[in-house]
Amino acid sequence: MLSLLRTIWSVFLHAFARRATVQYPEQRPYLAPRWRGRIVLTRSPDGRERCVACYLCAVACPVDCIALQRAVDAEGRHYPAFFRINFSRCIFCGFCEEACPTCAIQLTPDFEMAEYHREGLVYEKEDLLISGPGKYHAYDYYHVAGIAAADKDKGEAEGERPPVDTRGLLP
Amino acid sequence: MPAIIIDGKEYRYEGEGRNLLEVCLSLGFAVPYFCWHPAMHAVGACRQCAVKVFTDETDTRGKIVMSCMTAAADGMRVAIHDPEVADFRARVIEWLMVNHPHDCAVCDEGGECHLQDMTVMTGHVSRRYRFDKRTYRNQELGPFVHHEMNRCIQCYRCVRFYRDYAGGRDLEVFGAHDHVYFGRFADGVLESPFSGNLVEVCPTGVFTDKVFKEQYARKWDLATAPSVCTLCGHGCNILPGARDGTLRRVRNRYHHAVNGYFICDRGRYGFQFVNSEFRVRTPLLRDGGTLRAASADEALARVRTVLAEGTVAGIGSPRASVEANYALRALVGAERFCHGLPEKEFTLLEALVALMRSARTPFPTLPEVERADAVIILGEDLANTAPRLELALRQAARIVPDELEAAALGVLPFDDAALRAATQGGTHPLFLAVTGATSLDAMATARCRAVPDELARLALAVAHRLDPSAPAVTDLGADAAALADRIADALRTAKRPLLICGASAGSPALIAAAGQLLRALDTAGTAPMLRVVAPACDSMGVALLGGISLEEAARADTLIILDSEQLSAAQVAGATHIICLDSLLTEIGERAEVVLPAATFAESGGTLVNSDGLAQRFFQVFVPEGDIRESWRWIAEILGQPWANLDALLAEIAAELPVFAPMREAAPPADYRLDGQKIPRQSPRCSGRTAMTAHVSVHEPVPPDDPDSPLAFSMEGASGQPPAPLVPRFWAPGWNSVQAVNTFQEEVGGPLREGVLCRVIVPAGSAPPAAPVPPAFVPREDALLILPAYHLFGSEPLSLLTPGIAALAPAPYLALHPADAARLGVTVGSMVTVTLGETALTLPVVPREDVPRGAGLLSVGLVETPDALPAWGAVRGGAHA
Amino acid sequence: MPELLRYLLVILGVVLAPLTIAAGLTWGERRLLALFQDRYGPNRVGPAGVLQVLADMIKILTKEDWVPPFADRPVFVLAPAIIIIATYLSFAVIVFAPGIAVAELNIGLLFFLAMSSLSVYSVALAGWASNSKYALLGSLRSIGQMLSYEVFMGLSLMGVVVMAGTFDLGAIVRAQAGLWYIVPQFIGFFIFFIAGLAETRRIPFDLPEAESELVAGFHTEYSGMKFAMFFLGEYVAITLFAAMLTVLFLGGWHGPGSQSTLVALGWFLLKTLALIAVFILIRASLPRLRYDQLMEFGWKVMLPLSLVNLLVTGAVVLWRG
Repeated sequence: MLSLLRTIWSVFLHAFARRATVQYPEQRPYLAPRWRGRIVLTRSPDGRERCVACYLCAVACPVDCIALQRAVDAEGRHYPAFFRINFSRCIFCGFCEEACPTCAIQLTPDFEMAEYHREGLVYEKEDLLISGPGKYHAYDYYHVAGIAAADKDKGEAEGERPPVDTRGLLP
Repeated sequence: MPAIIIDGKEYRYEGEGRNLLEVCLSLGFAVPYFCWHPAMHAVGACRQCAVKVFTDETDTRGKIVMSCMTAAADGMRVAIHDPEVADFRARVIEWLMVNHPHDCAVCDEGGECHLQDMTVMTGHVSRRYRFDKRTYRNQELGPFVHHEMNRCIQCYRCVRFYRDYAGGRDLEVFGAHDHVYFGRFADGVLESPFSGNLVEVCPTGVFTDKVFKEQYARKWDLATAPSVCTLCGHGCNILPGARDGTLRRVRNRYHHAVNGYFICDRGRYGFQFVNSEFRVRTPLLRDGGTLRAASADEALARVRTVLAEGTVAGIGSPRASVEANYALRALVGAERFCHGLPEKEFTLLEALVALMRSARTPFPTLPEVERADAVIILGEDLANTAPRLELALRQAARIVPDELEAAALGVLPFDDAALRAATQGGTHPLFLAVTGATSLDAMATARCRAVPDELARLALAVAHRLDPSAPAVTDLGADAAALADRIADALRTAKRPLLICGASAGSPALIAAAGQLLRALDTAGTAPMLRVVAPACDSMGVALLGGISLEEAARADTLIILDSEQLSAAQVAGATHIICLDSLLTEIGERAEVVLPAATFAESGGTLVNSDGLAQRFFQVFVPEGDIRESWRWIAEILGQPWANLDALLAEIAAELPVFAPMREAAPPADYRLDGQKIPRQSPRCSGRTAMTAHVSVHEPVPPDDPDSPLAFSMEGASGQPPAPLVPRFWAPGWNSVQAVNTFQEEVGGPLREGVLCRVIVPAGSAPPAAPVPPAFVPREDALLILPAYHLFGSEPLSLLTPGIAALAPAPYLALHPADAARLGVTVGSMVTVTLGETALTLPVVPREDVPRGAGLLSVGLVETPDALPAWGAVRGGAHA
Repeated sequence: MPELLRYLLVILGVVLAPLTIAAGLTWGERRLLALFQDRYGPNRVGPAGVLQVLADMIKILTKEDWVPPFADRPVFVLAPAIIIIATYLSFAVIVFAPGIAVAELNIGLLFFLAMSSLSVYSVALAGWASNSKYALLGSLRSIGQMLSYEVFMGLSLMGVVVMAGTFDLGAIVRAQAGLWYIVPQFIGFFIFFIAGLAETRRIPFDLPEAESELVAGFHTEYSGMKFAMFFLGEYVAITLFAAMLTVLFLGGWHGPGSQSTLVALGWFLLKTLALIAVFILIRASLPRLRYDQLMEFGWKVMLPLSLVNLLVTGAVVLWRG
């Protein structure tokens, strides 16, 4: 019984405590860089699209709000021919970012996306693609992958030996 | 039933002479493996399938063995989950992964990769090897197979399939130690017509599907439904996968009796016509000389007016389902329904059906074909007319010792390499009686290359030798007589002789002779197996349906044509009104009054009767864009909806034509439910549902209803394993790759669970048709007997819409014997004019030693031939090309 | 004539005041909860957010008034009206200030008890008519809870009646001129306070509408104006109980300073509002009870306690003669 009264008393004292919430939008809270807001597609350090359209974000998405189609360009780089996120369905869980093997898809500290029409919340690739590398500055997937693409030939990735000479007879 | 003790628990298993791995997998244990393949057996190359075997109950240490190289035995004690052996397997995969690139995101195998599955299964998570990875350069292997050699784990499956199993010669393993390289000697197109199977055989992403690469989707995103290949008469089971309204790829659907684990490249890659830009997607109506898009009601109204005037004939198609043909027959009446074939071709089909019914031994399934110990092929170039059968015959030709023989040789019956060494490449007798060179020539014991009548005489001569009561062929040449003796001896001594005959040679005499030979073999007491080859996916269906000939039908005022791409415009030139039910806009469609957009195999359901007399159901895979409907649905619209769904139509067919009554058993009816639910076409992890069409409308569309089958177009539904005819995908927890098929089989390599074999043509032992001995062939001075030459890539018009197939199709040609060429005064590369009836064709000449004297081989499908071949054609030499 | 006018004014006041307080509470409760929880609460519409009341009213009135097709329509419509009527009738007997009452009945207290127990019908009928499992379970809980707590709610007041010697609420207030009954009847006050919480289905006794298990209990299927009636009914009932506590234990209109009617009314209002604030403070502080705890607490603690209180009070009154 006493503990109940103590609880009530301590809750009552909170009437004089500092407010935890802020007066948004006049006052803006600090959002950490890893805050899970609007999703963007980033570029690798050399300025090319990072997304290789592996479909892992789409399959990780619990609300199935990511759709894309893979294409391969003349240099052998994979890229999404279209990449669509239906933000009216997105729950900002960040699974897509977790799933992304190339650090291409990232969540940003921006949540101000309100629209009067749901159509406005369907973002295409051009709406999603930003010009920088986002949170991960140095990562370039093609420099660790085994396929040859653009400026990287076989055996030029990190931790790779030059291609084997299959006709060589040396042991 | 022998018993085996696995991890302390006793299990019963079936089958003698099986290896431990097969037994464990059949019992549902997850034992990882790479180099073992159920169709190619074991070589023990990868060391992945290690288990522990104990000598008796007092043995606590046990020893690690490779389960694929160990025979399962009654009372054997095995441990799969022993920590020591589990660690062994994890270390094996670790070293296999030492050089594996960090590629999964850009690898087409990702998500259906056996290597991924096995890595997860063994529990290997992190690469400890810190030195550099070995790399290779890739090769350009043609339009179908993409090569990414860095991903190789050296399991040797590719060369074992390509060389040992499929008889290819241009894929080899090069190099030594850790520089082993699987590829061709130099860049170039893979020659084998089965190269596409490398994609499924390779446990990782070294060989991937290049056509699929262009329109890639992950396995989990593809909506798939059981289907049947429509590109030849063999009826291989396939699994087409669609996404976003387009057909993306075709994969093999295991059916132990029809196609096993493999399909040919035409079947795998020839589906691109479904996505063709020439597709008709709305009804087209002729309005003042031009075709314009119209609404369905408008088009149907016009169809009804047109059908009301003059005489009407309906032209069916051996490439359309039984249901579509029957619906057309119901529309125009049985006496006005044409089977879509010229009289000569239809006679051949009728002869084949009669031949099949005259058989007394059950028709062989594919594994039975593979176990035949003497084969005679009459007039079929199988690699080009029924490639899957050719692949089976390659297995039949090879001597594979059975269990007892293997034991006598001291090798295990599943040890592939040891068996091959023990048999020293020995082959069973394989006789080829064909019109030209074939892919089996190198394996043949003896071959006869002649015109079909000569082949028929040879067959009759063999029949006479086996059964003296059969008519004798008196004026046979000495060589042919000697060959006939050899063939007769070989067939007489064989335990499981197999006779293959088909319609490709275009000769009724040959089919009749095959009937005599079959009966003679029977009389000689050998229980011969018969396998016939029909040209199109539903040839046997239309043969059973019957109808008037194309020539007769063409005399009608109004023609309603199903799948007009099989006809030439000249064949229907006489008609005033033409109504087409077409999936593609054809030459005939261009001059039609109305074109109704018909669904392709991937967009409709129905039943096809393959050349073996098996009725097989195919299911709609996806709902296409536009107002495309099944042909039978369009006809139902014209008739005023007499059939509510496919089952109602099937019921009517069964009632009208009792021969088709068994067809209803080919698949469960539309009201079948698995655990009370429909079976989903999409995988439960299909992605993008709320975004795929969001750019059109943010509201997700309701998945379309499917009144014709127990399959649903969405991902909602039963999650269990449906009966074999309804299996929409091979997947099991932990098994994402095609190897998941193991979990769907009654036992590894056996039939799928709850499978059906629904035959509408059965061996009845009826009297074979009379076979008068044809006169000996006499070459003519002024003309050549033009024989058809078939090409896997080229003779089938729809598959030519796949760019890769079109690129590999040969240019049209006329091949003739060099002696004939010299006689006619033509040289290589020069053009000749062949006059067939009233048509003159100008073609380049290819002199070939394998062409019979006095005959010419004309590439069919690539040029339009006015009449059925063989036919005499006057040949005139022309100027140099 | 002025008598009649005064009478009409009192009636109008008694109708409007609880309604205004209840409406204000829709905003006030959220503001107060926010205050106790370090937040701001609705502060955007109008000065300090008071026009939130108006915004909410517009919203709730323009919402679709949906009667589920599976519901028992007449009963479904009737149920929310009963709760409002029953609660309002109780206000008729409350004496707000000397002479300011609709009906100063000599059995005022009994009338209040009778009316407040009528509201259980509303809940029972609403749950039944909704024809939905959540609603039915919620209403069954509610009936059990309200019937149990009514037993000692009545008993807890008997101490006051014994001390004042009357059921007349005006007389009871006048009897507290020297000493408010909260002092001699603290146990009675405490029991009645808790019973009030239970009767109004407020946290920690909000099991009938426990959203985590029953969606919204007996009013799951209600929307629009009908929901608003339940919603407002709850606030009116809170106001009623606060007023009754004021009348019975906190000396009604008594207060230091001027004895004019207006000041008396002011004291009454102040005490009532303070009690409402305590109700809200409790909501902010305490978690919901389990159903067995609720029943055990009611029958095994509160009922004996109220009986003991009545006996002791009776004994003391008899002893003092």
